[in-house]
Amino acid sequence: MDVIAALGELGLGGRLLTSTAAVAAYASDGLAAFHELPRAVVLAESAQEVIAAVRVCHDHDTPFVARGSGTSLSGGSLPNPDGIVIALNRLNRVLAIDPDARTARVQPGTINLEVSRAAAVHGLEYAPDPSSQQVCSIGGNLAFNSGGAHCLKHGMTANHVLGIRAVLPDGEVVDLGGGSTEVAGPDWTGLFCGSEGLFGIALEVTLRLVPIAEAKRTFLVAYDSLERAGDAVAQIVAAGLLPVAMEIMDELAMQAAEASVKPNYPKAAALLIVELEGETDVVAADAVLLDALLADSGAASVTSTEDPEARALIWKGRKSAFSAVGWLAPDYIVQDGVVPRTRLGEALVEIGRLGSEAGLRVANVFHAGDGNLHPLILFDGREPGAQERAEQLAGEILAMCVRFGGSITGEHGVGVEKRQYLELMFSEDDLALMGELRRAVDPEELANRGKMLVPLRDRVA
Amino acid sequence: MTASPENPAEVQEAVRGASRVLPHGAGTKPALSGVPGDDRAADGHGAADGHGAADGHRAADGETGVVCLDLRALSGIVEYDPAELTLTAQANTPLADLSATLAEHGQYLPFDPPLQAAGATLAGAVAAASSGPGAFRHGGVRDFVIGVTLVDGTGRLVHGGGKVVKNAAGFDLPKLMVGSAGRLGIMVRLSVKVLPAPRAHRDLAFVAPTRQAALELMGRLGRGPVHLDALELDEAGRLRVRLGGAEEVLEDRARRLAGFVGLDPADPVDPGEGQGHGARQDTGHSDSQGDGLDPIAWMPAGSRAVRVVLNPAQAAVLLDTLGAVPAPLRLSLGANLAWVAWPGDRPLEELDRRLTKLGLAGMPLTGAPGPRPLLGSAPGGAFARRIRAALDPDHRFLEL
Repeated sequence: MDVIAALGELGLGGRLLTSTAAVAAYASDGLAAFHELPRAVVLAESAQEVIAAVRVCHDHDTPFVARGSGTSLSGGSLPNPDGIVIALNRLNRVLAIDPDARTARVQPGTINLEVSRAAAVHGLEYAPDPSSQQVCSIGGNLAFNSGGAHCLKHGMTANHVLGIRAVLPDGEVVDLGGGSTEVAGPDWTGLFCGSEGLFGIALEVTLRLVPIAEAKRTFLVAYDSLERAGDAVAQIVAAGLLPVAMEIMDELAMQAAEASVKPNYPKAAALLIVELEGETDVVAADAVLLDALLADSGAASVTSTEDPEARALIWKGRKSAFSAVGWLAPDYIVQDGVVPRTRLGEALVEIGRLGSEAGLRVANVFHAGDGNLHPLILFDGREPGAQERAEQLAGEILAMCVRFGGSITGEHGVGVEKRQYLELMFSEDDLALMGELRRAVDPEELANRGKMLVPLRDRVA
Repeated sequence: MTASPENPAEVQEAVRGASRVLPHGAGTKPALSGVPGDDRAADGHGAADGHGAADGHRAADGETGVVCLDLRALSGIVEYDPAELTLTAQANTPLADLSATLAEHGQYLPFDPPLQAAGATLAGAVAAASSGPGAFRHGGVRDFVIGVTLVDGTGRLVHGGGKVVKNAAGFDLPKLMVGSAGRLGIMVRLSVKVLPAPRAHRDLAFVAPTRQAALELMGRLGRGPVHLDALELDEAGRLRVRLGGAEEVLEDRARRLAGFVGLDPADPVDPGEGQGHGARQDTGHSDSQGDGLDPIAWMPAGSRAVRVVLNPAQAAVLLDTLGAVPAPLRLSLGANLAWVAWPGDRPLEELDRRLTKLGLAGMPLTGAPGPRPLLGSAPGGAFARRIRAALDPDHRFLEL
C-alpha cells in the first residue's frame, strides 16, 4: 500500500487533500519565492490524527512538513516534493488557562493573538508579538522561536514555552518540561523550541503568561540621521532604562507605512519608537527620565502618548512595514539579521554602502533594542538579473552581521532561505553535532527535511 | 583521579583520555559534582577538595575510574560591554566576580544564582539551573543563557547560540545545558544576557491566616498590579516579597502593595512581625545573596538543599507530602520552585519516591550525591535518551 492509500485509511474523508488544485494552496508560505507541490495534505483535527499521520509517513519513509498558518518568512513550511503536509490550523483551541500559575495550555494551531484574547479576562497576556501575530500560530512560533517588537523586555518565544507534548518523527509521543518556569534536568523544552520542526511536531503547548501592564507610554522621536537614532538607543540602555520595545524605521520604510496604513509619522530621516510599560508610577517616573534623555539626544522632535488608539496606530504602521514596502517596488526581500546593538550605526552605514554598490534601494525597519535588523531589499523582478542582485545583497548583509559578531537570523529562522549561511556562524564540528542530534531523533530525516540543515543524503561527498 | 585542564584543548584531551568524566567548578554543589557513592564528596558546602574518587576507589553503585575534571582554571571575563547587556566569560568564572563587575556598571545577573559567596561559578549555576528568588522578575537561568562552547562526550569542541540577545540560528544548545548537571557536555565558555539592576529594594512580609490563603495570595500577587522582584512563601509560612526599582517611587509602591494585599476581605492578611517589614537598608547589591531571601542559608545544619520544580497548583500537595517527613521547604518564584531542606539522615531515595508519586522532578545541590542527580519523574522520555546518545555516544558522562 502506498502512503496515500495508507493515509486514506485514517478516516479523514475530505480532510485528505490529494488533487493538484487542492494541494497547490499549500505549495508555499510567507517566503513566496519558493514553492513545491506536496503529494497530499492532511487537515488534522486532533492530536490523534497528527500522530497517526506521522506514523503513516514514518512507515512509508515519506517526508512530512507541519504547517500552521503558513506565515514563515524563511520557507519553514515549504513542502517536500512527494512529501506530506500536516496542516495544524484546525487544532486551534486554548485548552486551559491557570491564572494563578499564569500559564495557558493551547493546541499548536492556536493563533498567537488568540492566546492573549483568551487570557485578557484574567489580566494576563502572551508576550511574544511577531508582526504577523493576528494570523501566525503558536506551533510555528515555537518551531522557529519567533520574536517580535516586545522581545527586548520579555524575550523570545522559547522563553515563554514551558512545556510541550510532541510527537517525534517515528510517531512516539513525549512530554517535555511542564507547567513550571524552572527546569530540573536538561531543558529539553528549550532545545525543542526553535528546532524548525526537525525534532517532530508539537501537539500541545504550555505557555507562560504575563500580567497586562496597567500603563503604557509610547514615544515617537524623529532624527535627521539613522546614526543619531541608533546612538539614542545606546544611551537609553546605558541610563539603565528597560523599555519594552525600541524600534527604528528609516525614511523609505516610513514612506511605505505612510502610503499604506497612514500612521502619520513625523517627516524625518529616522524614526525611533520607544515604548515603556509597567506600573503607572514606574512608567511616569521612567518617562521623565526618558524625556530628558531624548531632549538631549539631538532629536528633531519628541512626542509621546498613552492614548490606546494613538499607540495602536503607531504600532500598526510599524508592523505593516514589511507588506507596505510592496507600495514602493514590485518585489522585495525581507531580511532578518542581528548585530550587537552598539554596532547598529556602523551596520546601517554598511548596508547603505552595499545597497548603492548593488544599485538597489534598501528600506530599514529594525528592533533596535535587540540589534535585530530587517533590511527590505527592493527590486523589480521583471528587470533581468535584479532578483539575483537582490539575493546577493541579502547574503552580503548577513555576512556583515556575522562579521560584526551577530547572527544570520534573529527571529525568522534558517528554513530553506538561510541554510547556506549557517556555516558563516557555525564550524564544521558545530554543524556535524547538529546533524547528529537531528538524526538521533529522526534517522531518516523525515520531519521538515531540508530546513535548517542540509540532509545527509543531499550532501556531496 | 582528578585532572585540572587549563584550557579548552586540555579539556578535550582529558575527555578523550577518560572512560568516565565528571566536571566540577568550585564544588559548592557537591550533590552534582561529587562522584556517586564517594563519601568524600559529602563534606558539604564549598569543600572543593571533597572531590574525586581515588584510583581504584570503588563506589557503592560501581562508579569506578571516574576522572574528575577540576575546571576552576577556566575562569575570567572574555567580553563585557555594558551597552550590549551581554557578557561572555570562561565557564567557571566565579559568579561573585561577575556580579562585582556588573555592579560597577549598575547591572546584574537577573537570574540571581545562589551560593555566590561560597564561590559558585557560572557553569555551576547553569548546570544546576539554580535560579534564585530574584529571578521572579525577569526569568531564570534558562532565560538568560544565550551562548555556549562545550566539549561533548566525544571530546569535540562545539558551540551553540551566540553573543547577541536575539538569535534563532541552529539548535539551542545553550538552553540544553541548563540543568544538565555536567552530564551532557562540559561547558568551557558561556554568554549570558544581563540587565540594569534595580536601583533600590524594599522587602515586605505578610502572614496569611491559613496556608490556603497564603497560596491564593501568592497567585494574586503574581499577576497583581505591583510587579515584584521576588515572591516567596518561606518555611515559617510567611509571604516574602521584594520590590525593586527607582527609590523615589518605592515607598508609594510598597504602600500600594500593602493595600492590594489588605483590601480583599476574602484574603485578610497582616503584616509579618519584624521580618523585613519596611525598608531594606542595603542597596549595594541587587540579588538575594546572604540576606533573608537566600534560598539555602535558612536550612537546618546537615540538611541537603534540593530544588524541586513545580507548577503553583501542585504547591499544597508538595507541602503536605514533605511536611509529613518532616522536611521544611521554601516556595520560591511564585511557587514555580521549592527549595527543600531534606534531612541529612534520610536517604535521597525516599525523596525520589515521594516526588515520583507526585509527578514532580527535583535535583539536590548540597550534601552527598545520590545514585543519580535527577529525582522524581523527569520528563523527556525518548527525546531525552536520543539527544543524550548523540552528545555522549560512548557514555563518558555519568547518569542523569
